[in-house]
Amino acid sequence: MFGNFFHKMASPPWFYRISGKLIPWIGAACALLLLYGLYGGLVLAPADYQQGDSFRIIYIHVPAAWMSLFIYVLMAVCGVITLVWRMKMAEVVLIASAPVGAAFTFLALVTGSIWGKPMWGTWWVWDGRLTSELILLFLYLGVIALHNAIEDRQTAAKAVAILAIVGVVNVPIIHYSVEWWATLHQGPTITKLDKPSIHVDMLIPLLVMAVAFKLYYVTAMLMRARVELLERERNSKWVKEMVGEL
Amino acid sequence: MSLAEFLNMGGYAAYVWSSYGIAAVVLVVNLVIPVQKHRLLLSRLRRRIRQEQNPQ
Repeated sequence: MFGNFFHKMASPPWFYRISGKLIPWIGAACALLLLYGLYGGLVLAPADYQQGDSFRIIYIHVPAAWMSLFIYVLMAVCGVITLVWRMKMAEVVLIASAPVGAAFTFLALVTGSIWGKPMWGTWWVWDGRLTSELILLFLYLGVIALHNAIEDRQTAAKAVAILAIVGVVNVPIIHYSVEWWATLHQGPTITKLDKPSIHVDMLIPLLVMAVAFKLYYVTAMLMRARVELLERERNSKWVKEMVGEL
Repeated sequence: MSLAEFLNMGGYAAYVWSSYGIAAVVLVVNLVIPVQKHRLLLSRLRRRIRQEQNPQ
């Protein structure tokens, strides 16, 4: 059954049709979670005893930063699938993910900067965490630029896959940067599994926002993947039939 | 808590609301772009098929 699912996933008309049906549902679930997460984060959660209300930036900053890493790893996995199995859908998902990942990376950097000003007294420091996250943004932009620059589709797919795979070494660097190098950035709060050093009323909205951002990614990525798919398959029979019926 | 207090964010209003505002804009734009691209592409494909079906 699992194999069958993958076989179907690899079929462009099936992917196009199913993703079209899924998008409104995933989008609606995302919107509901966002509303709940925003209410929890901006209203229900108590102000931080050190940072006051400025800590509420965490509900954008941390989920965005998590997504920036998650999406890049997913792109690298797609890159491996593209190179090894030449699966067309992996190429499409890879390239559809890049702008969404870039957007989350941009948000993590900008909200971090806005948060840093009142808390650290500076918008930016060239430390391990901030610099490696900035490099991640350039990697995303590099994937997009490379894909746009290469005319031949197969060469473009290969080049983009290689860049995604090579760039993934940056991900553990970002993650461990706060432990390896002295920095203004705080260490991990949530992933200390034994005892997260955050109050539960603060933690729940954060986890809700994290799930909401993940669903947002799926929605936005699928929307882009459908456009990419339609563009690639514009001369195929299924696209002509579908467009003819509209 | 009053609305004014809520909006004031304990004196951090400029930082908190600009963060949320920028996030809202970026996330909305990232949905609008593919919707418009999709619409444009479908209408282009439709035009092309119509021309193929009745060439003048």
